[in-house]
Amino acid sequence: MTARPSADDALSPSQLAAKYGLSVSGARPGLIDYMRQLWGRRHFILAFSQAKLTAQYSKAKLGQLWQVVTPLLNALVYYLIFGLMLGTKKGIPDDVFVPFLVTGVFVFTFTQSSVMAGVRAISGNLGLVRALHFPRASLPISFALQQLQQLLFSMVVLVLIVVGFGSYPSLSWLLVIPALALQFVFNTGLALIMARMGSKTPDLAQLMPFVMRTWMYASGVMFSIPIMLKDKPSWIADVLQYNPAAVYMDLIRFAMIDGYSSSNLPEHVWALAVGWALLLGVFGFVYFWKAEERYGRG
Amino acid sequence: MADNNTERVPTVIADDVHIVYRVHGAGGGRGSATAALSRILRGKKDKQQRGVREVHAVRGVSFTAYRGEAIGLIGTNGSGKSTLLRAIAGLLPTERGHVYTEGQPSLLGVNAALMGDLTGERNVILGGLAMGMSREQIRDRYQSIVDFSGINEKGDFITLPMRTYSSGMGARLRFSIAAAKNHDVLMIDEALATGDRKFQIRSERRIRELRKEAGTVFLVSHRNKSIRDTCDRVLWLEKGELLMDGPTEEVLKEYEKETGK
Repeated sequence: MTARPSADDALSPSQLAAKYGLSVSGARPGLIDYMRQLWGRRHFILAFSQAKLTAQYSKAKLGQLWQVVTPLLNALVYYLIFGLMLGTKKGIPDDVFVPFLVTGVFVFTFTQSSVMAGVRAISGNLGLVRALHFPRASLPISFALQQLQQLLFSMVVLVLIVVGFGSYPSLSWLLVIPALALQFVFNTGLALIMARMGSKTPDLAQLMPFVMRTWMYASGVMFSIPIMLKDKPSWIADVLQYNPAAVYMDLIRFAMIDGYSSSNLPEHVWALAVGWALLLGVFGFVYFWKAEERYGRG
Repeated sequence: MADNNTERVPTVIADDVHIVYRVHGAGGGRGSATAALSRILRGKKDKQQRGVREVHAVRGVSFTAYRGEAIGLIGTNGSGKSTLLRAIAGLLPTERGHVYTEGQPSLLGVNAALMGDLTGERNVILGGLAMGMSREQIRDRYQSIVDFSGINEKGDFITLPMRTYSSGMGARLRFSIAAAKNHDVLMIDEALATGDRKFQIRSERRIRELRKEAGTVFLVSHRNKSIRDTCDRVLWLEKGELLMDGPTEEVLKEYEKETGK
């Protein structure tokens, strides 16, 4: 490599790069560009989520049966503790309480596991981030999608339980689809936010279970918020009912359980559901994208 | 070839690149909970004592690579070769300095995307998608990937979970998936050349093919023979600094003198 006289020699590295149209490696693309790249990776996102889902139980003897058995056992435990021993069903008829509880558990678990998977989406996959190129948002989105598929297995159990307690399929069941779609957007936004925070501070993986448990008990998974908080100032019940987890739970209960009428829903419930989904979805996406070029550092 | 070569198009420019790793939980002293607590209580005065350690892996490396070059990276273990490759690929953010590249350089390697609990078959698809191939491209190349890996030579192994493979079989499948895609700027980490003798020959041939298609090739290797075979320029890294940059023979001679070979 003897130096040869060339006009290029006089240029600084950045001028040289500009002259030949080289771009900064690993620079963050614009937001629109980023969305386009992400769309281009949709097959990877889907395949990755399905692979994670399958890999989860591949060593168990019962295999994929656990997809259904796990939520069933979960519901059973909550029924034993809260339904039979603590009697939190106050004010809810017997044939409504079991579907009420199980719906609450499943729907909240959907959000909870999306958050927990989000925290570890980047920090737990640094090997992947440091080896291959793809929009990093693929990972948290993929994990949220995995939880959605997990929830669909739980819905099989839920349908059996709901029918078993006397609510038969009707047109209102169709409302489950928009409700879950909105919750999925909300969860994805949350997972994106947690993924960025977790990539900087892996300690969140230890902290979040406590936050999530507090959130769960405050969202009326196993009791009716308006009935339980009757004698307290009404704003407390309002705040709890307007929280997104409670909103999505209530919508699905209302859609599927005959005995759970619209009088149990807070006002403007659909507007709330859309609002929360848009707020978290858009904010989460932009917030995650802002740090795109820094995720490999760990 | 030097003087009449007027058209030297740069493909990768590294301009004073620094890379720092931050390692948690590696703080000095005892690893007990009380030690961690006292570190927190002592405040943020000293990062070293808060359990975060910084490893300055690459210190101020600058070079320009041109189209058609095959560049070898040599240096002892831990000298920053693989880290530098990752920075060129844009996978590791630089602390200071810039890396400019033409197109998207890619690292030959897909290991991290594969899952031991899935069948080889699904891993081929997952790995291909992770590298950015489309479903159609994967479908077209699926058979050639499996044939190249030779996984099915001893029976139908591709439908078994990858964790049941022998280490050699796993390495072969991983290489086959990684090598299925063509790249503009290609970077190869030597650890890929695994498997039995027969497979090594096959994979070396495939690397030569990939070289022909790629604009610029980087090769990390500890085997000076494979550097001599493939590269016409060598960068010698030591402790994260660029010690030498020049034609293969010149640099290798110095390197061999230094390492006492």
